[in-house]
Amino acid sequence: MFGLDSDWSLDLPPRYHTLDDYEGGVVKWCPGCGDFAVLTAVQRVCRDSQLAPEKTVFVSGIGCSSRFPHYMSTYGFHGLHGRALPVACGVKSRRPDLDVWVATGDGDCCSIGAGHWIHAIRYNMNLVVLLFDNSIYGLTKKQTSPTTPMGVPTNTHPEGGILPPLNPLQATLGFTNASFVAQTVDWNPAHLLATIKVAHAHKGLSFVRIIQRCPAFVPLMFEEQKQNPEHVLYLDHPNGVQVDPAVAKLFPNQMSHDPSNMDEAREIASIPDKIPIGILYQNESLVCYEDYTTKGVGLSAASKVEALENELDRFAV
Amino acid sequence: MPTQPDTIAAPETTVGQFPRRRVDDYIVEIVSDSGEGAQKAGQAFGAVCAKMGNGVWTVEIIPAEIQPPARSIGSASGNRIRISSRSVTNMGDRADLVVAFNEQVLYARILQDACREGTVILLESKWAEDSSEVVRDEYARALADLAERGYKVVEIPMERECLKFTENPRRGKNMFVLGMLCHVCGRDLDKAIEEVTTIFKRKGEKVVSSNVALLRAGFEYAQENLGELLIEIPSTGNDKPLVVMNGNQAVGLGIMASGMEMVAMYPITPATSASHYLADAFAKTGGFVHQAEDEIAAVGFACGASYAGNTACTITSGPGLALKTEFLGLAVMAELPLVVVVVQRGGPSTGLPTKVEQGDLLSVLFGTPGDAPKIVLAPSTIEECFHFVVTARKLAEDFRTPVVLLTDANLATGVQPFPRPEVTSEWMANPLDQSPWDESIPPYSWNPDSGISPRPIPGQVGGEYVLTGLNHSEESKVAYDSESNQKGCEMRSRKLAALQKTLRPPAVYGDADGGELLVIGWGSTRGSIEEAIDQARADGLSVSSLHLRFLSPLEPGLEEILGRFSKLLTIEINYSDPVDAPLIDVETRRHAQLARLLRSHLLKDIDCWSNVHGQPLSPTLVREEIRRRLGAKEGN
Repeated sequence: MFGLDSDWSLDLPPRYHTLDDYEGGVVKWCPGCGDFAVLTAVQRVCRDSQLAPEKTVFVSGIGCSSRFPHYMSTYGFHGLHGRALPVACGVKSRRPDLDVWVATGDGDCCSIGAGHWIHAIRYNMNLVVLLFDNSIYGLTKKQTSPTTPMGVPTNTHPEGGILPPLNPLQATLGFTNASFVAQTVDWNPAHLLATIKVAHAHKGLSFVRIIQRCPAFVPLMFEEQKQNPEHVLYLDHPNGVQVDPAVAKLFPNQMSHDPSNMDEAREIASIPDKIPIGILYQNESLVCYEDYTTKGVGLSAASKVEALENELDRFAV
Repeated sequence: MPTQPDTIAAPETTVGQFPRRRVDDYIVEIVSDSGEGAQKAGQAFGAVCAKMGNGVWTVEIIPAEIQPPARSIGSASGNRIRISSRSVTNMGDRADLVVAFNEQVLYARILQDACREGTVILLESKWAEDSSEVVRDEYARALADLAERGYKVVEIPMERECLKFTENPRRGKNMFVLGMLCHVCGRDLDKAIEEVTTIFKRKGEKVVSSNVALLRAGFEYAQENLGELLIEIPSTGNDKPLVVMNGNQAVGLGIMASGMEMVAMYPITPATSASHYLADAFAKTGGFVHQAEDEIAAVGFACGASYAGNTACTITSGPGLALKTEFLGLAVMAELPLVVVVVQRGGPSTGLPTKVEQGDLLSVLFGTPGDAPKIVLAPSTIEECFHFVVTARKLAEDFRTPVVLLTDANLATGVQPFPRPEVTSEWMANPLDQSPWDESIPPYSWNPDSGISPRPIPGQVGGEYVLTGLNHSEESKVAYDSESNQKGCEMRSRKLAALQKTLRPPAVYGDADGGELLVIGWGSTRGSIEEAIDQARADGLSVSSLHLRFLSPLEPGLEEILGRFSKLLTIEINYSDPVDAPLIDVETRRHAQLARLLRSHLLKDIDCWSNVHGQPLSPTLVREEIRRRLGAKEGN
């Protein structure tokens, strides 16, 4: 107002948030779990972006990774299995001032919550959705998930998974109104951090699939890919994920990919034996549902009463 | 055989050359093939009657399909309009006058027992000259049968008359009928013209004028041809400002009046029309309708908004309620304010989508796994549909809990005038609290005397917590120890007891001092029950009734009130085993839902009488049951 900083008129003391300001309770994931790396990266993004903890909300479903909000010291909503996305959209619907994140797993998002996945992409609200994909059910102890590769034995398919695994990148790139799709891996902290950072900066729903290891139930699932960067396809572009050249150099397979190219993004998502990392697709010019849902936010009670009186006139005898 | 409906009294006034008989209560039905506009005519007629100061209750006659075959029983679509010189609260008994666009849709009503000896039938006569011999035969046979049943049939060449004014009488016949009815029932033509103009305004001047022309034509046709049928119905004499709407519109307006700004829904009959109304009007009070991808997402979206400080509402019906159950449990566990409107229909499963039932009481109360105490209210009139939503939002926030409102298909589609609400900004939710939160107060600082705790809202510095559906401590930390689970359950349950202590005992309708029989009801049956109580008491029977608005917690004083009566009987629209059915005895009999609830709660021998015919209860049915219970003989 009058060119003055609102902080001045509100007399709020300036605050600088350190990593401590984002760290929550005692983390109870198994030793060696890939979720730790994601937690660290997210806390760093919060710190680097100086997100106000009270204005930040982590929403999750059920599963190992859905414990995520408990390990932050922001607001959080640890709800129902598969239902993180509708809750997150509801949180955001009237509170564009809140920074809303979603932590979801491959069972949570791609199986029980798959219907919401399709539609959350279509709503394209300004959220960061982190898909922790370890290709197995962990919390319920080693059942086949939609992304479990064929042949991997589990407690529900002891002879090995019998169906081809669902490809979350292909699926998401196929959903209408997808505005940001990226992939990264838990064992490369620099790329993980840089990917989450660009996802957070994106306007619209940013969907990040994080390939993540489960040492408890499928310790060897991504071991080969981790040990041998030949299995990774590094996506490089000025509009893509930027990491230190020393880190980028680790990947012998590189491809220049413009994130605005949807056809190429879909081709990359379909490559069978390589894990593409980086931004597959980004488009900030798509419809965001919250432009619709935030209309009328902050209307005063007096204005509502006046509008209601006019409305009652329509029904007056 | 009477030649006139027996409610028509001796002539009292004269309009023009024909005498008008004064009646205090009159029931009209308009019924056509689906798509011929009987509903539009019926709604307009009801509105005109309400605007003339009569008591009105209208009920929709709805076919289950969008376009059923024409001239079939399944095609019957229209309205029943009960008009009175008093305030009316139910659809009444059998019709005094039915306008039918063909004899087949009339039979749909006869099968529903909507007519009686002496009912006047205004029947489209064009079928007598139909090109199909089958149709001509059906019509001729029907005429003979209707006469045999004692109905007073008046054949009217509706289509031929309409052809004088329009090329497509199928689209305008309803207005001709409206005109006829207006003259027969002594309605003000100018008010009818005003109504028709409002209805068709959006479609342009030409459509308005052709419909008004048909309206006048019907009015004039009745002046010339229906002189014997004329009646007048005095107004109630009430000069307070009124509004007239159906129950779903009342819910929608109530949501706006409560200050809520979001309804999350998924299309489901008979709940959806509330959202249709809101989709049109909600933006004016700053709100929006979220049409979710499914019922679960709808309630999840509402929970998210509530968590973020904007208490939200989700509206559904039985099958949708079943899908929302897990989130309802979460809202109970995490103590999220939430308003859930359940417009009940026939069940189980897809059941009877367009028909009334009070079948969801127990599933709302007990359908959630574990112990999930929640507040449950049941409005009994359209006026209460409005005010209870306002109350529900307030209770949800004050008690930090979901509140379920049980309405039904009868309230949803019934139209009734009621006193215009005097809306104040105090009904609205408080502005979002974003002031700093005292960090020493945990997110569930339960007051042991009430179970109530204040709730931090995202944005409040110092209030950061993680809501969880897992058992949790006061700090909202996941807890697996037995004591904290016991305590959490106690605190959530205690809130209901605390609310109960703030309620007043329900008022007995009839004789508060007691008597032989007490009829107990809930929800939309109140009007019919109380009308039947009036009739039975006028017959000298010792009967009263009690209508419950709060189902959870139950209102106080029930034990004492019920103790004043020798016989206790719930009357409900849900299933109970008939006592005389095979295998049914005191051990096997399954009672109606409120009866079960009260029996377990009060340890009293409470009997029930209920059915699942999918129809609103008529006062006569209730009265007959009261007479049976009290051993009253005919003419007593």
